[in-house]
Amino acid sequence: MTREAGGSAGDPRAVAAHAVEVRDFTKRFGQVTAVDGVSVDIAQGELFGFIGPDGAGKTTLFRTMVTLLVPDAGSVKVLGRDVVDDLWELRARVGYMPGRFSLYPDLSAMENLQFFASVFGTSVEAGMSIIEPIWRQLAPFAGRRAGALSGGMKQKLALCCALVHAPDILFLDEPTTGVDAVSRREFWDLLDRLRAGGLTIVVSTPYMDEAIRCDRVALMQKGKLLLVDTPQAIGDAYPRPLFAVRATDRLGTLGVLRRFPHAAAVWPFGEVVHYTDARAGMADASIIAELETFAGASGVDDLEVQAIDAGIEDAFMWHMMAQEGV
Amino acid sequence: MRSFIGFVRKEAFHILRDKQTFWIMLLMPLVQVLLFGFAVRTDVYDIRLAIVDPAPGPASRALVEQFNASPRFRLMGVYASTAPLEVGFREGTFRQAIVLPSDLDRALVGRAPVPVELVTDAADPNTGSIMQAYASAILQRWHGEQVQRAGGVRLDVAARMRFNPTLASVNLFVPGLIALVLTMVSAMMTSISITREKETGTMEMLLVSPLHPWAIVVGKVVPYVVLGFANVLLVLGAAREVFGMPLRGSITLLLAESLLYILTALALGIVISTRADTQRTAMIAAMAGLLLPTLLLSGFIFPIDSMPAPLRVISNIVPARWFLIIVRGIMVKGAGITTLWQETVILAVQTLVLLVVGARRLAIRLE
Repeated sequence: MTREAGGSAGDPRAVAAHAVEVRDFTKRFGQVTAVDGVSVDIAQGELFGFIGPDGAGKTTLFRTMVTLLVPDAGSVKVLGRDVVDDLWELRARVGYMPGRFSLYPDLSAMENLQFFASVFGTSVEAGMSIIEPIWRQLAPFAGRRAGALSGGMKQKLALCCALVHAPDILFLDEPTTGVDAVSRREFWDLLDRLRAGGLTIVVSTPYMDEAIRCDRVALMQKGKLLLVDTPQAIGDAYPRPLFAVRATDRLGTLGVLRRFPHAAAVWPFGEVVHYTDARAGMADASIIAELETFAGASGVDDLEVQAIDAGIEDAFMWHMMAQEGV
Repeated sequence: MRSFIGFVRKEAFHILRDKQTFWIMLLMPLVQVLLFGFAVRTDVYDIRLAIVDPAPGPASRALVEQFNASPRFRLMGVYASTAPLEVGFREGTFRQAIVLPSDLDRALVGRAPVPVELVTDAADPNTGSIMQAYASAILQRWHGEQVQRAGGVRLDVAARMRFNPTLASVNLFVPGLIALVLTMVSAMMTSISITREKETGTMEMLLVSPLHPWAIVVGKVVPYVVLGFANVLLVLGAAREVFGMPLRGSITLLLAESLLYILTALALGIVISTRADTQRTAMIAAMAGLLLPTLLLSGFIFPIDSMPAPLRVISNIVPARWFLIIVRGIMVKGAGITTLWQETVILAVQTLVLLVVGARRLAIRLE
């Protein structure tokens, strides 16, 4: 599938080295800078995730990549084509699922699919080979109005509509927002299958547990890219010792740990509290001992501390705080 | 082509499945025809009249008889003095009064003008002037006869109201109604349906497709052309069956001109939708920017000739004004394209300008 870079721009089948090349991309809306000097490359066949909270600039970046917005500065190339100059050529080859539910609620699932197939100049039959694994789950509801489908089914239908014309690259802007946990997992299973078929997929999500399922992720915050790497590497690169702290009084523990003089970062994490020590190179055991002593002095005596490997969420929290600290 | 058919199909689904809006769109024109036809009449009947005749004689008796014979008047009484008039007008017992001089018989043979007073309740100025015209006509005829009988020369004014001899108001409002309905269905509904795609986010999906925005717009408006056409036929049918409105000219020409005006209205709707981001904005813009001018500045309700100069100038850019002239020409006067080509050209140019403006504003991106 992948070919060496340098295919001439005139050759319509030329495949660029990178599926997406973003260079110093900046986009402003009035006084607000939505995306601020972002550069990133996405490889062919990669499942690439943009992770970040609301307002990080993910949607602006996605809309630019699918030719809907023009960069104020920098350049964005998709499949080796400029999103501004090669607009029409790109539109035929790009699949896009916008963040907001964007199907017609008064049309049935099948009618929605037929319509989007016709818009892209193809038919449901011609696209069935690509969407078959997804459509199989939807088929029992083919005649139901899209507005009456469950959240997960809607997302799957939207995915079918974005895929029916066999795009070379797929952009999914927060596809699982507002969808239940089971449907989210099913949705990501579908993305895995598509990726296995060689499709390049660019996805954004505010859920960090989904980041692990990407080949590589980019952490975004306030229009800036904090880092880009594999989920594993991002966790491994956590710069300080990290501990999971368990106690009956979770809220009290949070306050106590924050008062500990060597605390670099403390945040609640599900049932436990994640504590990051400011000192690098200290032995875990001595930090645990210090913590227990300090907590005991503050009235928390059932502290269970365990050294853990940082996950991507910890990494993201850490980088977010680092950026805010600036 | 496949995309186009897909679009028309989908838009037809939207229209047909929104049952409420669909029936309103289809039946509203009918209801309007009936309302305008039965309730909003400009011809006046049952005018309550008082005659003050201080000295009854043959001439005044002839006058009373003439008013009694007219279906439009109801004679409430003949009085000797003007005393009952003040109270009668205030209480609404009388809407019109004729005060004859006490020396009527003598005055009729004299050389001086006969001083007959005609008093009309003009609380509603339109009805007032219509009542006045009716009464004047009868008075004039009566005067002619009386003068002739007295040996004078009668001036025979043969007044004919051409094209609409009975002054039936149905002839006046049906052309205006067609313009109004088409503005509503074609301009308002298309601008709403296009902005709805923007509002719900489906436009984002459509824009990313290889379809040019023009194809999107054309696909969206075609079903509304059909709906608008159905409305024209409905209004015409109702006007003919219920009110006996004539269609003196060519029906083909009338439908062709209607098609042109549907295009004009669609172009207006497209221009609005390129500016409005929400259905609400589109609706308000269509109401204020299109419906009101169509209603008020086209000559539908108020004659353009009696407008102040600035409004008369503005009325020139209201497409409905030209369409109204065309429809009245075809239906009432039986005029052909040879007499209506100027208005047709104006309307066509306006449509073209609007389409160009709409095309230039049509965004190929989200900004």
